[in-house]
Amino acid sequence: MSGITFENVTVAYGRTVVLDALDLTVRPGEVMALLGPSGSGKTTALRAVAGFVQPASGRVLIGDRDVTALPPHRRGVGMVVQQYALFPHMRVDANVAFGLKARKAPRAGIAARVAEALEMTGMTAYARRYPRELSGGQQQRVAIARALAVRPDVLLLDEPLSALDARLRSGMLAELARLHRELPDVSMLYVTHDQVEALTLADRVAVMDSARLQDCGTPHDLYRRPRSEFTASFVGDANLLPVTVTEGGADFAGTRLDVPPAGDVAPGASATLCVRPHLLALGAGPNTLRGTLTELQWRGATHRLCVDVAGHRVKADVRELREAPPLGAEVALHFAGEDAVLLPTGVARG
Amino acid sequence: MLVHSRPARWAVWAAFAAVFLPVFALPFLVIVAASFATGWSGALPSGATLAHYRDAARGDALDALVTSLLTALAASASALAVGTWSALAVQALRTRARRLGRAVDTLFMLPVAVPSVVVGLSLLVAFSRPPLLLNGTPTIVVLAHAVLVTAFAHQSVTAALSRLDPVYEQAAASLGASPAHVLRRVKLPLLLPSLSAAAGLCFALSMGELSATMMLYPPDWLPLPVTVFAATDRGSLFSGAALAVVLMGATLIVLTAVSRIRTRASYR
Repeated sequence: MSGITFENVTVAYGRTVVLDALDLTVRPGEVMALLGPSGSGKTTALRAVAGFVQPASGRVLIGDRDVTALPPHRRGVGMVVQQYALFPHMRVDANVAFGLKARKAPRAGIAARVAEALEMTGMTAYARRYPRELSGGQQQRVAIARALAVRPDVLLLDEPLSALDARLRSGMLAELARLHRELPDVSMLYVTHDQVEALTLADRVAVMDSARLQDCGTPHDLYRRPRSEFTASFVGDANLLPVTVTEGGADFAGTRLDVPPAGDVAPGASATLCVRPHLLALGAGPNTLRGTLTELQWRGATHRLCVDVAGHRVKADVRELREAPPLGAEVALHFAGEDAVLLPTGVARG
Repeated sequence: MLVHSRPARWAVWAAFAAVFLPVFALPFLVIVAASFATGWSGALPSGATLAHYRDAARGDALDALVTSLLTALAASASALAVGTWSALAVQALRTRARRLGRAVDTLFMLPVAVPSVVVGLSLLVAFSRPPLLLNGTPTIVVLAHAVLVTAFAHQSVTAALSRLDPVYEQAAASLGASPAHVLRRVKLPLLLPSLSAAAGLCFALSMGELSATMMLYPPDWLPLPVTVFAATDRGSLFSGAALAVVLMGATLIVLTAVSRIRTRASYR
């Protein structure tokens, strides 16, 4: 059982820094999601663990072992990538047995381990097929079986579900969660740009942007108590409103809002207030925002309202309305103070 | 088809036939016709005989065919081995020593750029004195052919390698496979279609090689093109034609056989 430790890992191509001084620990048996937009450095971090990129400085440890200088085949990690990378000239069982044979596992044990890995991923019936005879979802299951057959301590998943359609994706997500329950000792590093995958699967999420680690915490923490505007807007949908901090609250365009104070923003300073759209309700109440309805989208179970409040666009998701107000109507929205978070103002994104 | 109307399509076919037939097909047909002929009357060969083929199937002519086949086999096999190795080496150098890799690429391009007569002459000069006395041995002919065709092997394998997605190698490495294991079990099998195509190309080029061979062949190692040249040179046009047809046929049979090596990787 071993985790992954990044110690001040920097990766650069020429003068372009693609990963900037990453410090991060994946605890043994933990699923850590690296979440970020493309170009944020998340895949580079994963490839530094696999050994396909060489850090310019810093160390990568698997368990207590410094693997920074080890070639990929000595690192003992399992890896699953977006494009499956199954060997097209081998049948499914040979693909799964590849790692065992490469590591010179005793011949007698190989068949049993292959059967076990295929069983775990539900691909037993396809053992004699070639990869080209399988669907995308099936190929990805085989790729997972192939990575698990060598019983790695660490499993690296690089956007494993991105090539699948939405329906298959949610099914595979549940499968991965089940695999994690069945293999509680395997640490997983899961790279994704999809917040749903990260929130569903991960024990902790590391949010990355512009080659840097922005935030790291449990999915719940990041969602309820984001620490930066980037996290707030990237993990879930958010209204980010410019406010002035007051004693025991905040002032938004002349409206006093009763929100919990934040440690790092003092009264008088400007800050950003983060409120999730689904935590806003129609009508007056505590913390009321009044404005003009500019957009109304029916989304089946919910209505999305966009309200212009003193020149700021406020999004609200409310349960489907029997009678929706007409566009241009004056509407009031309110939210509970404890549902809002004050953030230090940064460069707004997203 | 980009041409949609029927008359236009016919016109294109007619133009194609007018260009293709005289330039590409007719000369071969004339050779085939000449190989069965006893004389030449007017524009076409005349008379019908199998005598030239009977001659071609025995004695010196048969020896020449066997010589050509052995030379081409040895040359293309060594060219494929060296060309594959060099292409893999250049790929490995690409990340570490880009310039050295480019120098190797250029080195392997040389035999294509230099006329083959010059390649023959340079080998003759280089290996005519001890300790490397190869002049007058079959080895120098095989060596010349190998030098000439390795360039093509190197280039086709390089092209195939650049098309090979690195995810396969990386997946294999992450599963614990050493570079040698990756090469043997993943890279070479995936390259096999390109390797067999390269081998076929090298074989065909070697079968038809004349100019460098002319400078080097020892009396006991006469490849078929040399015999064809000698026959036509002394005026035996019809036996020369029969030998040429045998040369074409043998090459075509081998090429077809090689292209039949359908590998599992080619189903990708």
